[in-house]
Order: sequence, then structure tokens, then C-alpha cells
Amino acid sequence: MSMYNSNRGGIIQIIIGIIFVLITVQLISLQIFSSKYVLAANNNAIFRKIIYPDRGIIYDRKKRALLENTISYDLVVIPNEARGVDTATLCEILKIDKAEYNKRIVEVIIKNTRVKSGIFEAFLSAELYAQLTENLYRFPGFSLSERSIRSYPYNTAAHVLGYVAEVDVKFLKVHGEEGYEMGDYAGMTGLEKQYESILMGQRGVNRFLRDNKGKIQGPFEKGEFDTLAIAGRNLFTSMDVEVQQLAEKLLQHKIGSVVALNPKTGSVIAMASSPGYNPNLLTGNQRRKTIGRLLTDTARPIYNRAIKGQYPPGSTFKPLGALIALDEGLITPSFGYNCFGLYTSCGDPRKCEHHNAGHAANLQLALAYSCNSYFLQVFRMAIDNPKYRDAKKGYLKWKQYMNSFGLGRKLGIDLPSENRANIPDTAQYNKDFGGAKYWNSCYMLTLGIGQDRMTATPLQLANAMAFIANKGHYYIPHFIDSVEEEDEIDKKLLENFRVKQEVTKIPTEYFDVIKEGMHDVTVFGTAAFIKVPGHEFCAKTGTAQNPHGKNHSLFVCFAPKDNPKIAVAVIVENAGFGSTWAGPIAGLLMEKYLNDTLTKESKTKVDYLSNVDLMPESIKAWYVRNNKTEMLTPIEYNNDELADIWDMEMLAETTAIKVKVDTIKKLDTATPPVKPVAPPIKNKKTKENALNPTLKKKKANSIINNVSI
Amino acid sequence: MSASSNNNNFSKGTDLAVILLYLFMVAIGIMCIFMVEYNPNLTWSNSFLTAKTNYSKQIYFAIFCAFVAIFILLVDSKLFTAFANISYVLGILLMIATFFLGKNINGSKSWIPIAGGFNLQPAELCKIFTALILAKFIAKPETDFTKLKSHIIAGIMIALPAVLSIMQHELGLALVYSAFIFAMYREGLPPVILVILLSFAILVIATLLLAPTTLAIILTALAGLFIANMIKRFKRNKKNILIVLAIWLISFGTVRFAVPYIFNNVFECYQSTRIYSMIGKEYDCSLNKKSASSITEKKSKKPDDYNVKQSKIAIGSGGFWGRGFLKGTQTRGRYVPAQHTDFIFTSLGEAFGFVGTFTFLALYLFFLFRLIRIAERQRSTFSRVYAYSVVGIFFFHIAVNICMSIGLFPVVGIPLPLISYGGSSLLTFTALLFILLRLDADRQMVLR
Repeated sequence: MSMYNSNRGGIIQIIIGIIFVLITVQLISLQIFSSKYVLAANNNAIFRKIIYPDRGIIYDRKKRALLENTISYDLVVIPNEARGVDTATLCEILKIDKAEYNKRIVEVIIKNTRVKSGIFEAFLSAELYAQLTENLYRFPGFSLSERSIRSYPYNTAAHVLGYVAEVDVKFLKVHGEEGYEMGDYAGMTGLEKQYESILMGQRGVNRFLRDNKGKIQGPFEKGEFDTLAIAGRNLFTSMDVEVQQLAEKLLQHKIGSVVALNPKTGSVIAMASSPGYNPNLLTGNQRRKTIGRLLTDTARPIYNRAIKGQYPPGSTFKPLGALIALDEGLITPSFGYNCFGLYTSCGDPRKCEHHNAGHAANLQLALAYSCNSYFLQVFRMAIDNPKYRDAKKGYLKWKQYMNSFGLGRKLGIDLPSENRANIPDTAQYNKDFGGAKYWNSCYMLTLGIGQDRMTATPLQLANAMAFIANKGHYYIPHFIDSVEEEDEIDKKLLENFRVKQEVTKIPTEYFDVIKEGMHDVTVFGTAAFIKVPGHEFCAKTGTAQNPHGKNHSLFVCFAPKDNPKIAVAVIVENAGFGSTWAGPIAGLLMEKYLNDTLTKESKTKVDYLSNVDLMPESIKAWYVRNNKTEMLTPIEYNNDELADIWDMEMLAETTAIKVKVDTIKKLDTATPPVKPVAPPIKNKKTKENALNPTLKKKKANSIINNVSI
Repeated sequence: MSASSNNNNFSKGTDLAVILLYLFMVAIGIMCIFMVEYNPNLTWSNSFLTAKTNYSKQIYFAIFCAFVAIFILLVDSKLFTAFANISYVLGILLMIATFFLGKNINGSKSWIPIAGGFNLQPAELCKIFTALILAKFIAKPETDFTKLKSHIIAGIMIALPAVLSIMQHELGLALVYSAFIFAMYREGLPPVILVILLSFAILVIATLLLAPTTLAIILTALAGLFIANMIKRFKRNKKNILIVLAIWLISFGTVRFAVPYIFNNVFECYQSTRIYSMIGKEYDCSLNKKSASSITEKKSKKPDDYNVKQSKIAIGSGGFWGRGFLKGTQTRGRYVPAQHTDFIFTSLGEAFGFVGTFTFLALYLFFLFRLIRIAERQRSTFSRVYAYSVVGIFFFHIAVNICMSIGLFPVVGIPLPLISYGGSSLLTFTALLFILLRLDADRQMVLR
């Protein structure tokens, strides 16, 4: 019987074989042909801890740090280890109640689970930090974690430097591929945004092994795949902190803007916009309190008027108008116009501020006295240029000149969201007047004196001055002259700023005439009473009509006359005559920059000017209406709140000592706590970095955020 | 006389290859358990000596099993035939005793606590006893295993411990008893029964996969085709038509009543859920009458494929060459539940990749084929039936355990023979195997 069935052993073998083949096939598909399982395993078990390097520092022309890093502390807690906490004392120190304590613990658990540390209170003040370090032994599971925050030692240039903030979902959508993750900080405005890639450095990643409860088991593969954090690189500007501070001070209680350029390089010396804010108020725990108030303010303190404000240039445009006519051969420097105080050629008479005979006998005089009639006439000649036989073609040629002077287009400064302002297109006039054949030079007559639809930003005006100062070329205005350890990519980034922009072929002798005229402005013309001790300078005043109230006060200038080192444009909104307000401000800035100091008289002038209140009534009324009169006084500089940040640096030094003290305390509570010794004065980290490039590649001490892939 | 012959047999007749494979497998098992438990922060020598870790315990189990194995090899092989019946009865009694003395471990009440914190699982031991009694029954000269009557008697012998296991909530153990089909098939069970069982399995799977109406239509269409074909060929053979109709009726009953009944009344809610989740469907636990009282609603709603998912990730992440000894992140991070027992295959797959798993499978295949060869060389039916029972049990454990680890079979708690952690299981397999080796050593004898 058994022999009869013996072939069945073979069948059983076949069945077993088939099942094993099936298993092998599934194993092949799992282990050889699906890569997703490795990914899934890594997602499970590898925990990436990101090490944030210190951000780069931005220096002014004398290597003073406009923007650097300091250390702030967070109180962090691991909920699982927080047993036997002296909650009463902790609540007392933090001024919270037990319910709030429990709420925060629950929040930490929800965010980071029980076994990982989460932030209990962020950005501790110096006082809190001191209290907590002393009592930390009473709070098991709690610890203080360092993080690097931005600080602005000179409390200045908020608009230019910008700020960093935690990235939001929108940001991640755009920059997701650059490796940003939730909880990261990134530059949001100003230079912080523009040079984010250089300033942020390279983040380091430490990989850890994590178990099924999210608990860290130890470094993954002994740290073989870890990368070091590389500190952000520093940026060097030609800004001058003192000039910048002076500009901001002079603009206090006013709405307006200042731009000062070095015409030889296009570097920005100072750029201010008022009302402004103290940049330190947007760092650390100050940010929460300040940002809302800044965003809702009707005077828009966050708005950078220097590159976004559009102002009719008014009379400051006149030198450019003259240049066009000279280059087109329509006038000669000796061209005169008989002005009696009115321009009537287009019917509706236009006023001129001067009526004495001969004040526009030639170009130089007309500039010095800023004769409206003269430049209206010159503008009409340019538009009705016989060369083109058609007002439209003449206008287009004129517009082409304007654009090459840098007006009506973006200059390409290294700040985000520059405005191009407006030099109107013919299309705009066609629309306004119902067709191309229905308008001629008379219809936009006031363009000739910088009004009508023409607008310019303060930056464009300053750049136009640099263009005249250089007699026909300029450099694209920029802040960053060089990058530390400049590589090819940086060179490419900065290369535009290093190329001379020769946009026109206007002969230099025409510029000489214009320069002489602008010099006359400061000798006997509209700005005769503004002096820069020791230097001759060229300038043009402007008083621009605008639909929003009183005239804007404008002033453009460059100095010294023969070897220009600084070109300035100043605008004070709704202040009146250019020579009264904008002029003196520009004069003081030039004096400060060229002489490095101010005379006694100038100093009193500074005190006077900085206290003059020229805020428009409508804005004042808004503050009163919204019970925000305290905001009428601009945000105080050097205020006490900032003391915290400076103290922090000192405290950082003493932390090490204190921690040791704490451990001793734990061991022997009977010994009275040792008070820490007076903190040794710390070498500014910024200096170290600037001097010692090898420090760059260190594992930066850093904000640590926990993010898994 | 007996002592001297035993000594002779011990070295002469035992199959050395199987013993070597056995030792190798046990060593692999200990290594796998070590990988699961490895913690770089602990010195392993220390944890070994204190016997607090599972791998050190497993080593002690292995040493104990070695003694048992030697003991078995020294015993006279007639003893096994002699005690076959009584041991089976004893085993069944022990299983019944568990209902009164039993200890609840992981939801199954199948353990009897014995001294020293160790627990005994009678259902495990019953496998051996069932193998022995089945062998004894078939080997009886008066048994004609081509007769249905014998089939039924053998079936009852096998079904009894299986049913008791189900009552103890040990579905996995109960399923193992189906492994005896190999032995029965070898001894004359008509292949038709295998075909019927296979068809039934296909039918059950189809019931789960397809909508009832679709399946009904397919079944009817199939029956119709058969009948049409028959009418053409055999000119209205009434008997055949009736058979087809009967099959159609039975299938229909299975689909409509039997399968839902099994899922709702025989299986526990979690078991039904696991089986459904295998084919990517959700099982509505409110239909389940068996666990309605014991398991709350909440638990039934939890996704039940976590184990399989993590297990597949562990094996899949091993890739071709594996992540390396002690380098598997799934294992180190304890992501696979019950990894040292039921999912031990994952630690092997993760650490050594396809190379490792394939080699392991090849070794086991060789092992099984070797056992079949041993079975076929027996002169006595008793030894052969027993051998095929061992082959069946080993094969069933290996196939089900690995298939569930790689997502080809629903999760049932069945250990991987000789590899998984657990004293009872190691002891059972050791005993099973060495009894076979002992019988094989006396293969020239005719045992009844």
C-alpha cells in the first residue's frame, strides 16, 4: 500500500516547492524592487536634528556691525521628565498660574510628544533668565536652551537691513526646494531677504536613531552622515552708521526719506525712511508686541519710502530737462527766455516764482533761480523737436532719455520690491486725451518742471544726481560692496554693481554747464543759505505740488563740486519749500559724511531740525481718533527695553559657571548658593568672526529646531 | 541488551545532516533574538549572565532542549508506539484542564503556569501527541486508509485538539492541525479531497473579494457551461447533471451562509478584520457575534495592519544585501511588534536582505526535503506517518509565519520553528524532530 502511494512524496515536495517559490517572489518584490520601504524605514527611525549656523553679519564702511547675532534663551521642558516640579515657584517666577502651567505642558506634549523637549517660554528676559538659572534644580525636566537672535547694535537702518521671521506655509511653498522646513527662520525683508542665501550659511544635520515611541536612542551610524553647520558669510557695505543715524534723527517727526549715494561706486551711504522703527523691536520677544502696531499704523512705518515712495520730483527735475535739450541741440548754454513771472504760451498761464527781468537770461541763471517758464519752454522744445516732426515721436525720445537717466524704471538696487515710479507712456496720454492726434506738448506741459504724471523715488533722484556728478555715467545703487570669501556665485550676484552704466553720449561740457548752474543754486540761488563748511557743492531745490495736501519739500545735491563723493536726495512730505526743510537736512548729511564731524552751529541746527514736527494733520488726527497718541512720538531709540539684549551677552558668559553651581547645589543643598562672579567682558563675537576666517567652519552655536523629514 | 543497542543506535543511525541543520537554525534564532534586543548602552555579557534578556533565556532553553534531545535519542523507539495513545489522551486532558487552571497571556487562555515563572502550553505539546496517535492509528494492520471510515476517525483525532485550541482563542495553533493533511494524503487520502478543499479555499477567497451577486452569476454561469458541455458529450447523463447541480448548490450555500457565518460567529472580530485587511477591505465588527461581548467598539475601529506594515517595511528596507548586522533601524527602534516571537523573520530580512532571506529559505527547503527523504526510507508505516506529520507541521509553521511577515497571509500567532523566541515552541519542535530522528535510527525495524 505504501509503495502504491510513494509518488505522493514527490507531489508533497512539489507543493512545498511552489509555496517557497511564492515566498521568494514576494521577497524579491519587497527587497529588490521596492525602494519605498527603505524610505519608510528612514522616516520611521531616523530623526534629523538641524543645527542652525550663525547668520552672517553686515558691516558698515568702517567695519562696524550694523547687524549681528546675540544669544537669547528659551525655557524648554521634556514633559516626561517633569515630575516633582516645584510648580508654585516656577509659576511665581514666570508670573503665570497653575492652569496656565498645565495648559503649556499639554501644548508641548501635543507639539513635540512627551519624550522630546518643547519650548515652555521663549525669549527669556535677562531678569527671568537669572532667576531661572538659580532655581533650575527645583524644576526637573526643565532646561534653558540657547538660541541665536539678530540684534542691531546701532538701532538703525531698519528698512534697509530688514528682519528675519519664522517661515510660514506660503514661504515654504515657494522655497520648499531650498531645504526650508517649518520652524525655520528666514530673511523676510531688506538685505536679510535679498542676501538670505549668503547670510544663512549652511545648516548642519545630525541624524539620530529614534524608537517607536519617538525616544532618541543615539547617533545614527555614529554620526557618519552628519553634516557640519557652516556659519553664514558676512557682508560689507559702504554705509556709514553715523550718517545713517543722523539722517534718521533729522527725519524724526516728519514723513519723508533720505538717500545718500557714493557717486564713484554707486554704494549707498545712508538710506532712511520716516517714520521708521527700531529694528531691535522686531527681534526676540519684542516682535510679538511690535509687529501688529507697526502694521496697523496709518503712517506706515514699515514702508520703505526711499525705494517705494513715488514723489513728483518738481524742480529737482530741471537739470535733467536741460540736459535733454542740450544734447538734442535745441538750446545752447546761452539760451535765454524772457520770463515775467508767468508762462502763457499754452493759454492757461503757469506761475514762476521770480519776476525780475533777466533771471532766466541763460541756462545757468535759469537753474540758479529755478525759473519755471524757462524749463517749460525747454520741455516744449524737446517734445516739438523739429527733428521728429511729431509730438509723439518727440515725446518718446524724451522718455527714452528719462529712462536712461534711471527714471521710470527699476534701478536694480539690492533690496526687494523696489518701485519703478512713473514716467508716463504715450499710451497713458492717448487714453487721457482720447487718442494720439488729440494731444501736443502743451497738454503735459508741467512735465517740464517735474510735475504732471511724472514721479520718482528718492533713490532714483539720488541716482540722477550721481549721474550728473559723474558727468554721464552711474553705477547701479547697491548696499553690498563685497561678500566675505567671495566665490563665483557671489561675483555673479554683485557683477552688475561693478559695471559703469554709460547710458547716454551727452558731451561733458553740457554737464559742466549744468554743474555750474547747480553750483550757482548754492551760491546765490534758491539754496544760497545752505553751506557745507569746507566744501563747495551743487544742488537743486524742489517744491512739488501734490494732490495729498501741502507741497513736498525736495532737495537733491552732490558734493564736493569738483570731486563728488556723495550724492543726496531728501524728501520731506507736506513740509513746504525745498530749501527750508529738505535742503538743510541734506547739507548736514553732506557735512557729516565729508568732514566726519559737525560744527557746533550745525549741531544746534540738528537739534532744532530733529525736533520740528512736520507730521501732516490728517495723520495726527488718525492717532487721536484711534487712541494711539503715544505713537505720535516716534519709537524711542536707545530705550530701556533693549538693555535686556545687551545683558544677555554678558549672561551667556556666566552660564557655564552657574550651571556648575547648580549641580553642586543638587548634591549638597546645605551649602548656601554661591553667587556667580561678575561676568567677564566678552569679546564681541562679531569681531572674532571678521578677523578669524577659520572660525567660520566651526559647528556654530545655534538655534536648534527639531524637524524630521 | 537494550542499553547497548541504544548506545549503538545513537551514533549509528541518526541523521547527522538534520542535527547539524537543527543546531544551525537554533543558532540563527538566538542571533536574531539578540539583534532584536541589542542595546548598545548595555554590556551584553552582563545581561547574558543575569538572564534578563530574551536571547539569554533562549540560550538556556536551547541547553535544556539539548538535554531533552539526547534523552529522546537514548529512549527505546518502541516507547513512542507504546505511549502514543495514552499521551494523546493525557494531552487532551491537559488542554481541558487549561480551562480551569489556565493563565491568560496576550488574550489566549492556553497556558498552564508551572514552577519558576515558566508556563506550559498543552496545545503545543498536543501536536506531538496527535502526530503519534495518527501514526499509530494508520499503522494498525486493520486500518485501511483508503476507506472513508478511517478518514473520519483520523479527522476526529486531529480535529479534537484543534477545536479545543479555538476554544482557547488560539486560532493559529488550531490551524496547525491542518498540517496533518500531508501525512493523510501520503497514506491514501484520495486527491479529490485535496481538490475539494482547494476549491473551497478559492471559493472563500472569492466570496470575500467579489460582490455576492457577481459571484452568484459566475457560479451559475459555470454550472450552466458544465451542464451544456455534458449534454453535448454524454447525451444527458442525469447523474452527472445532478452532481453539478449539487456542487452549485453547495457553493451557493457557502457563499451565502457558511462564509458569513464563519466570519461572524467562529472568528474573533480582530481575526476577521485581519483577514479582510489582507485583501484591502474593512470588516464591520458590529456583525461579529463572538466578540461582541468581549471586545469594545473602540478597539475594533483601530487599523489592524500596523504589524504587517512595519514588518514589510523592515523586510523591504533590507534590500538586496541587507542593512548589516545590528544596523537595522526598524529593529533597533522596536517598530515591529512581537518581533522576537512571531515576527522574528523581519530582523533577519532587515539585517541580511534578500541574500539572507533567500539563503535561509533555501536551508529550510533543504531541511524539509531531507525530512521527506527520511520519511520515504522508513520501513514501518508508523515512522513514515509520523515523519510526514513532522514535515507538515514544520512546513505549515514556516509557510504561514513567513507569509504573514511579508503580507501574504493574515496575521496569526504562529512561531517560526527553531527561530522564534519561546521555550514551549522550541521544546515542541525539538521533541518532534528528535523523536523522528530516533525512529529513523531504527528504520529497519517495523514498529506498530
